[in-house]
Amino acid sequence: MTSNNGRLTIPKPLAKQGGELDDRLHAAKSVRTLLRKVFPDHWTFLLGEIALYSFIILILTGIFLTLFFSPSMTQVVYHGSYTKLNGVRMSEAYASTLNISFDVRGGLLMRQIHHWAADLFLAAILCHLLRIFFTGAYRKPRETNWIIGIVMFTLGILEGFLGYSMPDDLLSGTGVRIAEGTLLGIPVVGTYLSFFLFGGQFPGTEFVARFYIIHVLLVPGLLLALVSAHLFLMVHQKHTQMPGKGHTDANVVGQPMYPYFMVKTGAFFFFVFGVLALLSTFAQINPIWQVGPYTPVAISAGSQPDFYMGFLEGSLRMFPSWTWDIGGHTIAWNVFVPALVVPGLIFTALGLWPFLERWATGDNAYHHVNDRPRNAPTRTGIGMAGVTIYGVLWLEGANDLIAMHLQIPLYLTTEIARWAVFIGPVIAFWATRRICLGLQRRDASMLTHGVETGIIVQQPNGGFVELERPLTDVEVAEIAARPPAPLAITRTVDENGVPEPAMRGVRGKVQAKAHEIFAESISLVPPADGHGNGHGNGHAAAEGEGEPAAVGGGPVQPAEGEEGRTGQGDE
Amino acid sequence: MRWITARRRRPLFGYAAVLLALVAVGMLYAAVTGLGGGSSALAGSGSSSSQITEGRNLFAVSCAACHGEYAQGRSGVAPSLIGAGAAAVDFQVGTGRMPLKETNAEAPRKPPVFTQSQIYAIAAYVASLGGGPAVPSDQQVSSAGADTALGQSLFNANCAQCHNYSGAGGALTDGKYAPPLTQATNRQIYEAMLTGPEAMPVFNDSTLTPSDKRDIIAYVTQTRAEANPGGFSLGRVGPTTEGLVAWLGGITALVLAAMWITAKRREERTGETAGNR
Amino acid sequence: MSDNDRDLEGTPEERSAPHRVIGTPPPARGLLTEPGPGESSGGGQRGTEPYGPGEAEAPELHEMPSDPPDPKAARNWERVAAALFLISLLASVGFVAAYVSLEIGNNNGDVVVATLRSNLALGSAMSLAMLAIGVGMVIWVRYIMPPVELTEERHPMASSPEDRAAFAETIIEGAETSQITKRPLLRRTLIAATVPVALAPLVILRDMGPLPGTSLRNTVWKKGMRLLVYGSNQPITPADFNSPGGMITVVPDGYQDNDQELAKATAIIIRMEPGQLQAPTNLNWTVDNIVAYSKICTHVGCPAALYEQTTHRILCPCHQSTFDATRGATVMFGPAPRPLPQLPITTDAQGYLVAQSDFHEPVGPSFWERG
Repeated sequence: MTSNNGRLTIPKPLAKQGGELDDRLHAAKSVRTLLRKVFPDHWTFLLGEIALYSFIILILTGIFLTLFFSPSMTQVVYHGSYTKLNGVRMSEAYASTLNISFDVRGGLLMRQIHHWAADLFLAAILCHLLRIFFTGAYRKPRETNWIIGIVMFTLGILEGFLGYSMPDDLLSGTGVRIAEGTLLGIPVVGTYLSFFLFGGQFPGTEFVARFYIIHVLLVPGLLLALVSAHLFLMVHQKHTQMPGKGHTDANVVGQPMYPYFMVKTGAFFFFVFGVLALLSTFAQINPIWQVGPYTPVAISAGSQPDFYMGFLEGSLRMFPSWTWDIGGHTIAWNVFVPALVVPGLIFTALGLWPFLERWATGDNAYHHVNDRPRNAPTRTGIGMAGVTIYGVLWLEGANDLIAMHLQIPLYLTTEIARWAVFIGPVIAFWATRRICLGLQRRDASMLTHGVETGIIVQQPNGGFVELERPLTDVEVAEIAARPPAPLAITRTVDENGVPEPAMRGVRGKVQAKAHEIFAESISLVPPADGHGNGHGNGHAAAEGEGEPAAVGGGPVQPAEGEEGRTGQGDE
Repeated sequence: MRWITARRRRPLFGYAAVLLALVAVGMLYAAVTGLGGGSSALAGSGSSSSQITEGRNLFAVSCAACHGEYAQGRSGVAPSLIGAGAAAVDFQVGTGRMPLKETNAEAPRKPPVFTQSQIYAIAAYVASLGGGPAVPSDQQVSSAGADTALGQSLFNANCAQCHNYSGAGGALTDGKYAPPLTQATNRQIYEAMLTGPEAMPVFNDSTLTPSDKRDIIAYVTQTRAEANPGGFSLGRVGPTTEGLVAWLGGITALVLAAMWITAKRREERTGETAGNR
Repeated sequence: MSDNDRDLEGTPEERSAPHRVIGTPPPARGLLTEPGPGESSGGGQRGTEPYGPGEAEAPELHEMPSDPPDPKAARNWERVAAALFLISLLASVGFVAAYVSLEIGNNNGDVVVATLRSNLALGSAMSLAMLAIGVGMVIWVRYIMPPVELTEERHPMASSPEDRAAFAETIIEGAETSQITKRPLLRRTLIAATVPVALAPLVILRDMGPLPGTSLRNTVWKKGMRLLVYGSNQPITPADFNSPGGMITVVPDGYQDNDQELAKATAIIIRMEPGQLQAPTNLNWTVDNIVAYSKICTHVGCPAALYEQTTHRILCPCHQSTFDATRGATVMFGPAPRPLPQLPITTDAQGYLVAQSDFHEPVGPSFWERG
């Protein structure tokens, strides 16, 4: 390597090849931009990567499994290594899974990594979804990415269900039976859907092979395309960033892709793989040899689907037994509402949320800096209400295990769930909002008083006082978040007292009410003056505030008459 | 609301809030779980020349208070044991379920109060009152040469729905439960099938033949003795515990890793430098 | 003026440079902060302009320091990272060694224990190999690479009005040239053709399965068909099944290995005490206090198999639908909408339990045509 003022130069052969590539691709500028790309650093931004790397590991281990798995429902009599089941009649799919576990070296490890990775994939998606939601990262311009994410979430759940159903064991076969019964319950087309999917009555001889091709080819193909679109949009629009010093809506502050982010994300891939390998070494998952092959005659106590289907299971368990028999036809509300309408509502609500929030707040601005959840109490409250509903459904899915191990009578668990799914979210919303507002108060007091240092000094008059230090400007930048955008509609009546056009009608009134509810969440954080102790006696001011100051706006409302403005207070 | 807000900074408020929360959770939990009444156990002792006489004496001291002086039962307290048979006694007393300590939804397994010979004595006495299934012999309950394939099939079709595919047990209604099969001996498994204790159905020897029962016993004992090749078993109850481990183990570990990877040094975090610290 | 322009304005007091309209190249930026003792963070050019084109005309060079501030600490951390990478190397070798030397399969003693050993060895080696590299790389980036913070400007998301106008013009121009707007006959027939060409091939999915017809209404049970105990496949007499509180799974004779038919036809028989069976149980369909019910739950089809002898409840473990076996399996709790159908049984000439006929209603989950 020749000298270049003592620095590295690119070795000649590499430079030549690079030149050849660039001759053909015109890539120097765009690849350089990519290598220089700045990635903001916050641990919550790595949750999506857990999902991404789990997906890659699923593909790698999945390819291994396809080399040995036989997706056939042909009945065979087992005579293999696992002698306890010698002579048992089972499908080839089940027998080949026994084979992978007990006759292929590393087979059990690969099976377990694959299944743990599936669980981790969906858990990570849930965490990532919650992070995006609670920080408002789905706002303009990222609504499309949010919707892509919801679609991937749905596909991931389907993919996991198809995957664990393929070995045709008693536990997963029960799940398939429940899916078939659910399909049957769909009005008008239910029986046709079921017969077309299963190639006839349940269980038929087709479903393992059909699940196989959907699981191995169709859904992964869709997911790969969607993941690519998701990542492309993220790169093109640049990642959001948390509030901080120098972080504005017009920049991204962080570390460059090359070399920093590449190494960090590469390290995280090894962490994900390592944690999955650890789980697969020390925690047994899906031991199909203990469960036995599927037969429609048998069932096990404590049958649950994998956790990401748990909310559907709970939904089925708690729904009352309503059916209508009308005119020679049966409408099975008790089946298709909990199994299809409920998830349909949940995913639709999720998908539409960015647009609902825009309509309710009137906030059509770009947002590249995230909100701290406490600074958006209504959104956070609604999010926690949603989490509560999901959580109650999920817990009810395991109600028989909960009944047995916590010694709660079985029917009582279902009764509690039936009430909790309505009362719980209301309480969660209210409590979460109170907590957010309380945290905002604390932030406000930190901004005015500074932070306790733990150093006690004695004053000349004999009293002890704890020293406080003002916040550094880095800390201030993180705490003093911008308030949400003001209402787009600032006048409800014009100068003659006639209601504004947008305010008329039911829709206008609902929108005005929604504005009001979201506006109650305006941040209490006063504009940062950056100098700490501005007041002589902060305590009195805080005590005397009481409730009314929190509701309906604080000191940071922009001037009346400015419509649709955002972006004030770039710290 | 203002009342709480105004007082929330008082030093004792925190303690009051925690205390209130603890009391609320405790009351809620107590309300939903069953609370049992109690009756004290009676110790048994006695000796006699014949086994039946010994059994009668033991019975009189330990069992008659609930089951009646002649084992005729007492309505609302304990069933009649006439015709229950020696097998039932061997099971109930051998697993410690009887003598019953307190009336819950179900009699739990506990350390037996009597020695095996005493149990046989009581069993002989009860059998003398009205017949019933006899205690199976060692050969009858041995799993040597049994067909575990048939055992698996029979177990999954008739037992797994209560006891779970691995014998981990399961919930029944009204606070009852099908117990785990981890501790039962071969003979106790046989006797349970034969006599149908409490809510368990009866599988007599002409429905599930002795050979069928041996196959089931072989399957159960082999399954529970089997190692877990994939790691810790997580309770052998399936995806519920697996999901818990995925979240509490997997996601937690990776979140901690993510926090470590992205952690900023102190100067970067607070903006403090050596100069302004 | 579109919404977008307003988003470009920062608060007036923040700007230290003249406000830039999009499209004009901004001055060069590139903010480097290097927190070290005594150095102030933040440079003079704060780059508070909002959206510039994102790349300077002259590429920025030398934005990152070459070396960490504390060479001695970095050297120590380098040794730690190197040790971790070596551990990973050894672990990968160990993985191969474990694979080669630890056999599994049925010619190696207890297959479960052999599999356990192999899984443990392979998995531990793999975990160590992966985690050691991961930890080493994190040490590398956090403690050996110098700390760096860069700022990159964002592009304006919306295109300029000129670009948008040009785009619109291109679309219109193309539409006019293509004649499609001027020739309704062409346009309409084209649309009329594209929909069927996409949808017509869907018809070939028809053979994915047979039509349901009435197949869900019936099972294979018929008059005189024996009830076999599932598993042992033996017929059973009331004299055999004579213990009150007894319950067993039964399947139709001739179909014991036919999963498809068993998914509808499986049944349970229960022996009651005299007098326990009551309406709406059809006593004409019972024999000797033995009653037969379909085992297929009417909720979504799991086997409703859990029988509590003391309470006479049939509990389906899937979603806890509960049926009262003494009262025609009427629903007592849970999401099941209708009772378990009762199978009419009697005895044949040899005394074995046989069906009198098929179930008198469709078994299993509800479906649209059930009525």
